[in-house]
This record gives sequence, structure tokens and C-alpha cells, in this order.
Amino acid sequence: MDILLKKEQQINEDDFMEKRVKRQLETKVIRKRKTYEASMKVLMLASTFLTGLLVVFLISYVLIKGIPNLSIEFLITKPSYITEKIGILPDILNTVYIVLATLFIVLPLGVGAAIYLTEYASNKKIVGAIEYAAETLSGIPSIIYGLVGMLFFCQFMGMKTSLLAGAMTLVIMNLPTIMRTTQESLKTVPQSYREGAFGLGAGKWRVVRTVVLPGCVDGVITGCILSVGRILGESAALLFTAGFAHAVNGLLDGLSAPGATLTVALYVYAKEQGEFGVAFAIASILMMLTVLINLAATMVGKYFNKKKN
Amino acid sequence: MNIISARNLALWYGDNKALKEVSISIPEKSITAFIGPSGCGKSTFLKTLNRMNDLVLSVRIEGTVEYAGKNIFDPSVDVNELRREVGMVFQKPNPFPMSIYDNIAYGPRTHGITNKARLDEIVEKSLRDAAIWEEVKDRLKKNALGLSGGQQQRLCIARALAVEPKVLLMDEPTSALDPISTSRIEELAEELKEKYTIVMVTHNMQQAVRISDYTAFFLLGELVEFGETEKLFSQPMDKRTEDYITGRFG
Repeated sequence: MDILLKKEQQINEDDFMEKRVKRQLETKVIRKRKTYEASMKVLMLASTFLTGLLVVFLISYVLIKGIPNLSIEFLITKPSYITEKIGILPDILNTVYIVLATLFIVLPLGVGAAIYLTEYASNKKIVGAIEYAAETLSGIPSIIYGLVGMLFFCQFMGMKTSLLAGAMTLVIMNLPTIMRTTQESLKTVPQSYREGAFGLGAGKWRVVRTVVLPGCVDGVITGCILSVGRILGESAALLFTAGFAHAVNGLLDGLSAPGATLTVALYVYAKEQGEFGVAFAIASILMMLTVLINLAATMVGKYFNKKKN
Repeated sequence: MNIISARNLALWYGDNKALKEVSISIPEKSITAFIGPSGCGKSTFLKTLNRMNDLVLSVRIEGTVEYAGKNIFDPSVDVNELRREVGMVFQKPNPFPMSIYDNIAYGPRTHGITNKARLDEIVEKSLRDAAIWEEVKDRLKKNALGLSGGQQQRLCIARALAVEPKVLLMDEPTSALDPISTSRIEELAEELKEKYTIVMVTHNMQQAVRISDYTAFFLLGELVEFGETEKLFSQPMDKRTEDYITGRFG
């Protein structure tokens, strides 16, 4: 009897030990997993922190170095060798002219091509090839556009170094962007709208004008804003084609004359004249413009989304 | 009087023959229902009647469809004019994202009516004919997408009526709607046949029995049987029709 009881006790104890070991093992696995999870989280947090820090550092560095050099006078005068003062009015005007001229030409071209490719073209293979080419074009380094622009527009077409030649180069650069964003937003217009309109006896162009285009205005505007941002930031292509002059001109005179945009002026002041204060002032203006453009893009998107629903 | 007659109409999507020599004559001012299992070609055939299939790139068509005594595939036929006379209502309600008024006025404006008073008149008449006037008369300037599904579908019918068609093609007009909206559309169809010829594709055999005067049964791209609805459902001539309407397949 006694032996039996003891044996049972022994078994119970063995069982207990076994369970304990198992539990310990389990907690080990769990603990390991937990440390792993926690360390990965810390790693991700660290990368986020570094990224954020970098952005904040860059923005504040440019702003801190640039804003003290900003003044109203700086914005509304032109540089003078007599008074040895630097003003960036001509560069601002040149930038505005080149943005306007580029959009004026690129919009009808790009939107028209997009409409033809998505609404009219029936050979899907050719459409695909053109889309592929457009995407490739938009990935080419801008200095190549500059080189081609210089040879083709400035020399071959006889535009000389001028804002117009710069604008034409930027037209070619932005054409794929405008075309592709418009195409993508055309594709989001439901096919049922087109069917409904065709079913009422509307012709192709009427369907496009009244049903398809209103549905893709937001895409066109987004493409425009992206392009403006790209034009503002472009320097390489313009160094070749638009020149470096700082003269104040009207729109039409300005287009036929050479002129530096803000980014080109920044390059020239920093690299060739060592005026880093001026360069940073321009940089801070460009930075604020970029923020404004991004804000505008978001707001336009929101506005049209609201209107759609 | 027959308003539309198809003769040996065959249709290919690429290499796939979707319609096999369909011949049918659709009587005027009546409701004709097309029934058959999914993929039997009934919708394809319906869309051929106002050449909506032109929008599909790989389509090839042989045979003729006569509307008002003229082959609709004849080069001299203006496809937009054809679609004005042979209107269409789609499976899913597809109002344009504009006001109720502009939705209805879209067709008339397309065909050159710009007079405001005349447009007002057409809008009211079309909405009344589609039995939706009372519900929307106070919000004609509101966006049509704010209406319920059933209202949207009646709006689409009104939009189709606004160009004064002779024939109304309906492609499963109630399949996306709830039972109450469905019965309203059915009642509406029965009223509309006084003035218009209605051709309706339906998945729902009860619906065909309830409202149609003639029924055509399609199977695998073939028109198996066509006749008066009552006769087709009570004494089908073809074994396949019988199997389908008694629920042996489908």
C-alpha cells in the first residue's frame, strides 16, 4: 500500500517537473519572440526618426541661412553693378514666363494626345508602345533634354539662347507627364457613362467633351501642378537653352530674350559669384513655393473629390 | 407590324462565335423578353440592335438587322440617329454625374434642342412618363447620383425617353434593384408599351411571364424558340426550352 502511494507520488512529481520544464521552455520562446518584436520596432522607429530629422534639418538649414537675406527690395529689384546690389525680380519674372509658356503649349498637346490614345485609338499595340515610350521619356536625365534642346531649338530652329527655347525644351520634358496623368484619369471615368451617352445617340466628340472630360479635370490639374513643380525645379535643361541674363522684360520680349530662372540664378550666384547668401535666399523662396504647390495639389484633389460625391 | 427584323445575324468576339445565325422579328408596341442562361448571347444580341457592339473592338458581324425597313449596318445609316430611335437602358443605373435636369436634357441637347422652354417641357414630360416626376420635381438641380438605385434606373428610363425613341432596349434593367423598385419598373414597362416597343433581357423567368407579350429563348448563341409568352411557357415546342423553363438547367 505504502509503496503504491509512494509510486503515485513519484509519478505526480515527475509529471510536475515535466510540466515545469515545458513551461520554462515556452516562456523562453515567448521571451525571445518578444525581444525580437521589440528590437524590430525600435529599429523602425529609429529610421523614422532619422528620416524626420533629415527633413527638418534640411528645411531649417535652408530657411535659417536664406530668410535673413530676404527683403522686399531683394524681391522687386534687378541686380546692378553700379550699386553692387542683387535683386531677383528678373529671375522671378523669367520663372513665371517660362511656366506660362510651357503650360500654354504642353497642355493642349498632352491632353489632346491623351484623349486620342484613350478614346479614339483602336490599335492597342501602338497605344501601348507610345505609353511605354512616354514613360521612358519621363525617366531620362534632364541634362539630355537640355543638350538636345540646345542643338535643336537654339541652333537648328534658330531660337538662339532664349526663354522660348527653354520653354520648348521643358514642353518636351513635361509632355509625357501631362499625357500620362491625363490618360490615367481618363481611364477612371466609368465606361457606363460613355455607354449611357452613346446610347442616347451622342457622337464621339460630344461624349468626350460632356461626359469624359469633366470627369478627368482633376487629373489634368494634378498633372499641371506636378509639371509646374518640375519646371520650377529644373536647372540642367535650362542652363543649356535659356541662358543666364538678369534683365527685366515683358512677357513677349522676355520669351525671345535669354534669361535665368530662379534655379538657374541660384546656380550662377552660388557657383560663379560665390554669393551664398543670395543663393540660400533663392533656395528658401523655391522651398516655400514647393510647399505652396503641394498644398495646392492636395486642395484641388480634395475639391474635386468632394464635387464628385 | 414588326419593327425590327434580324436575318441570319452572326456575331464573333475575336474567334469566338457568340451569335449563331439569329433570325427574329420583333412586333411593334409590345414587350419582348429575351431569356436564357448566362453567356447565351441574349445581351449581345440586344446590344446589336442599336449597334452598341460597335464600341467593342474585336466584334465582327454578319447578316442583317432591319429597322424601319432599312439594314442598320448599311453605311448610309447614321449610327447616332439609330441610337436616338432605338434607345437603351442598362443593367446598372448609369446616370451622368450632373443634375437630374441636365441628365434628362442631355439627349435633347445632343440632338440640337437648346430652347429653354422646350427643354423644360421635355424634362417634365419624360420624368412623368417614367413615373418619377413627383419624387424629383423639387430637386431637379440636385445631382442625380444622390437618388436611390431604383430612382436612378427610372431616371435613366426618363433620359432614354427624352429623345423620343421608337424602341427601348432594356438590358436586365431590374437585376441591380430591390423587389419594390423592380415592380415599379415592371409596371412602368407595361405602361410604356402603349407608345414604345420594349425589348428586355431578363434573367428572371417570372419577370418574363409577368410582363412580356413575346419571349425569345437563347442558348449558346442560338435562338432556340420565339413566340407568344403564354404559349412558350405553357407549350414549349423545343425540348431545350422545356428543360430550361422547368428549371432543369440554367
